[in-house]
Amino acid sequence: MTVDVSKSFQDIILRLQAYWSSKGCAVLQPYDMEVGAGTFHPATTLRSLGSRPWAAAYVQPSRRPTDGRYGENPNRLQHYYQYQVLIKPSPPDLQELYLRSLEAIGIDMELHDIRFVEDDWESPTLGAAGLGWEVWCDGMEVSQFTYFQQVGGHDCHPVSGELTYGLERLAMYVLSIDHVMDMPFNNPQTLIPLTYGDIFLQTEQEYARWNFDVANTEMLLRHFEDAEIECNSILDQEQIDPKTGKKIIMSHPAYDQCIKASHLFNLLDARGVISVTERQAYIGRVRALAKKCADAFVLTEAGGKLQ
Amino acid sequence: MVNPCFLDALYHQKVYDMSDLLIELFSEEIPARLQLKAAEDLKKLMINGLVDAGLTYSGAAAFSTPRRLVLTVRGLPDESPTVREERKGPRVDAPEKALKGFLRSTGLDRAALEVRDGKKGPFYLAIVQTPGRSTTTIIGELLEKIVRTFPWPKSMRWGAGSLRWVRPLHAIICLLSNEVGAQVVPLEIDGLKASDQTSGHRFMAPKPFSVTGFEDYEAKLKRNYVILDPAERSKMILQEAENQAFACGHELVSDPSLLAEVSGLVEWPVVLMGSIEPVFLNLPPEVLRTSMKEHQKFFSLRHLKTGRIERFITVANRETADQGETILRGNQKVLSARLSDAKFFWENDLRVAKADGMATWVATLADVTFHNKLGSEADRIARLASLSQDLAPFTNADPALAKEAALVVKADLASEMVYEFPDLQGLMGSYYCKASGLADEIAQACELHYAPMGPSDAVPDAPVSIAVALADKIDKLTAFWTIDEKPTGSKDPFALRRAALGVIRLVLENELALPLLTAFSKAYPNTDKENLLGFFHDRLKVFLRDQDIRHDIIDAAIAMEGSDDLMMVSRLARALAAFLETVDGENLLQGFKRANNIVMQAEQNDGVEYSYGADIKFAETDEERALFKALETNEPVIKKAIQAQDFTLAMKSLASLRAPVDGFFEGVQVNTDKQVIRRNRLNLLSKMRSVCLAVADLSRIEG
Repeated sequence: MTVDVSKSFQDIILRLQAYWSSKGCAVLQPYDMEVGAGTFHPATTLRSLGSRPWAAAYVQPSRRPTDGRYGENPNRLQHYYQYQVLIKPSPPDLQELYLRSLEAIGIDMELHDIRFVEDDWESPTLGAAGLGWEVWCDGMEVSQFTYFQQVGGHDCHPVSGELTYGLERLAMYVLSIDHVMDMPFNNPQTLIPLTYGDIFLQTEQEYARWNFDVANTEMLLRHFEDAEIECNSILDQEQIDPKTGKKIIMSHPAYDQCIKASHLFNLLDARGVISVTERQAYIGRVRALAKKCADAFVLTEAGGKLQ
Repeated sequence: MVNPCFLDALYHQKVYDMSDLLIELFSEEIPARLQLKAAEDLKKLMINGLVDAGLTYSGAAAFSTPRRLVLTVRGLPDESPTVREERKGPRVDAPEKALKGFLRSTGLDRAALEVRDGKKGPFYLAIVQTPGRSTTTIIGELLEKIVRTFPWPKSMRWGAGSLRWVRPLHAIICLLSNEVGAQVVPLEIDGLKASDQTSGHRFMAPKPFSVTGFEDYEAKLKRNYVILDPAERSKMILQEAENQAFACGHELVSDPSLLAEVSGLVEWPVVLMGSIEPVFLNLPPEVLRTSMKEHQKFFSLRHLKTGRIERFITVANRETADQGETILRGNQKVLSARLSDAKFFWENDLRVAKADGMATWVATLADVTFHNKLGSEADRIARLASLSQDLAPFTNADPALAKEAALVVKADLASEMVYEFPDLQGLMGSYYCKASGLADEIAQACELHYAPMGPSDAVPDAPVSIAVALADKIDKLTAFWTIDEKPTGSKDPFALRRAALGVIRLVLENELALPLLTAFSKAYPNTDKENLLGFFHDRLKVFLRDQDIRHDIIDAAIAMEGSDDLMMVSRLARALAAFLETVDGENLLQGFKRANNIVMQAEQNDGVEYSYGADIKFAETDEERALFKALETNEPVIKKAIQAQDFTLAMKSLASLRAPVDGFFEGVQVNTDKQVIRRNRLNLLSKMRSVCLAVADLSRIEG
């Protein structure tokens, strides 16, 4: 079998988009807020709840302030991309579908060693847990494969199958690149070839400095408190909107505040101002918000509640 | 478990009627660490169920691969035997109500009952026949029950269903076969129908195929690139790895747990060898090994000449047209990235260590909570320093050096390498100590102060290491005792039993005379010292019992004064155990017990204590005089021996009492009309008793 190998970072993204589109997923756009992983996108967190079928795929820019290395580490970034697929209920051939997606980006199944290695997933901030694997290609972790069992404290019925591809790492592997900053972002044969470093080296430096040394911790702390208060106050509103007379439960705006709190916590963590004991307490506070949002979402139509 | 097949098979089934069962539960990848136990559970549950249903069998075996749990059971009859049971009912003249109840319970009507004569008159007898059931039906029901209630430590749902399994379950083979042919056992679990079909290797032979029985199944799997037996896969991997290592002048660093795990990750093992890039060869070997094992599941190969780890073995799950070249290249690249990280941590850590002798790390530990009621790691370090200094004289260590060591042994907890590889704590500390120019004794204490971790771990024998290792554990125990966090039942979240066992082994194997109560006071003066000592005594009993010293002998030793000196307790218990093995010991024990009983009874009856000095002038017989003499000679010897903790001498001295004691009981009647003589004899026995009790509390010895 001859395999058409991807030529650039964006080539891989486009192929994944085309592949999952051809398998019937709604190809969504990134969520327009700072998140730590594709799982935080409401298209995953909230939509994995309730009984309504769902199939979505999207790229999600993800931020992990503590992982910043000023662009020097060959594969660690404070801002990177995840490709996320969520299908509910998980189809019986999800493993096969996944393997074909690797073929679509140019991994020749005849030459590589693909393995499913146990890795149960747990997100203490989202009150979520699932069972699955990390998928290895020749010893390299290229994806996370998870069957959601619980999200926001709710058991998942039906169960969603979630695939998360770490795009930079996967692309570096497919394209045989040793340092992420050297990776061709667009087609290297084009008039203006751009590498990953052309686009992101400077931002990695800028954010690393801000994340680690400059971010105003008092302000971040205040914003954390504000987000928490706002999330709670949104969810404490009457279900019936007094203006329209309609039942409008504002699970999504509330969840935005939960995402905000989570990211602010990550920033505070990177600034090193959260002690080990406090850490658990902060995570608990974000989880309480996530649970409350999940409680609200399952009362909505998208959450499977008959109106 | 008794295998009942041989009893029954001979008389109610003919051999050619026997069938063999094949079960395959085919799923998505089962975590490697769960496979072996799951296969055994499947076997146990199925066999127990078959036996409970009255079926017999001649043999069973279970296997596992990443995607399969497989069971074969041989020599099953076609059906379970009819069971005929006689049940005795009420007497014929019993009230109607009793008869009705009996009929209800047997499910028969009155006409079906027989009447028999009994001692108390005629009674009803019911003959209840339970007809045999077909093996097919029994297996179908049983397998469904097993699948629905399988004891996975963690299971999941998938899709829209409610069935639980470790990962989605895709297919079931349930096949009974004999010489005539094979038959699928009709079975459907949540839409999953049993069949005779499976498929081979996920990538090398994915097409489904049918099987006719276990032999056919195993052979066809092999043709389709699946080795069914995990033991066979392990053997293949090990042999091939050793061969490849040998061929290039290396040896495989043995790692049985990794081998077991890797065997559970592949259906078709292909062993590939690669080299570690020279720039990483100066990393500590433990770092190389841990990084390769934890992250990549690679085996380490040690160069026979240089003694360094220079190559690795990875086990792929398939053959490829390029002989694994692409796979190996990929693995090598991942390893380089991992080792770059490790090298980065190592170099950063070395810089910190060299800069200020690890003070930076110790300072950051002030922010790390040890336990919310017990302060930070830095608080704990301060306690360890003071306690290590106090304990040093008992271990022959220089107190100042022990203190200095204790101040840095936990420093590596703040290092990047230990953050990445927690298993390397202590060991990294020793490297960083050396780098920062601290004394070798201190470096060694870093590495060894957690030891011993388990019952078979080596115990440190260098004085400074022993002092800090003791302090580490005694601080932990007294601290948790003070906040009343003691182990209960199976709950021991802070591993306090292990800590106590560590102290016991440190003391005994280094032969330390360490008064624990003093050590407890130095660590946490307010802790309940007696209670904690009791905990130690319990652990000591478990420890010595494993060395075949009886619990009552240990009790006899623990009852002695100064029993917080575990070395003393252990030596006394050993000497006593050896003594009681001898004829003299056994007889003296009986003599002691007899004397003890006589004196106790007399004291109870007479309401006095016979503890006044017996006087030889009232002795009437040679036997009494002999005992007087023997006690007179031996008492000071025993006293001295005990003081010198020379328990062998004490026992020898006790042994020489045996003949006079035996002689006394043979030739002397304690009770006599002459009260003076009687009292004198009781006092003599009491004296003999107290001489024995000075050695060990023999009253606690059983038998």
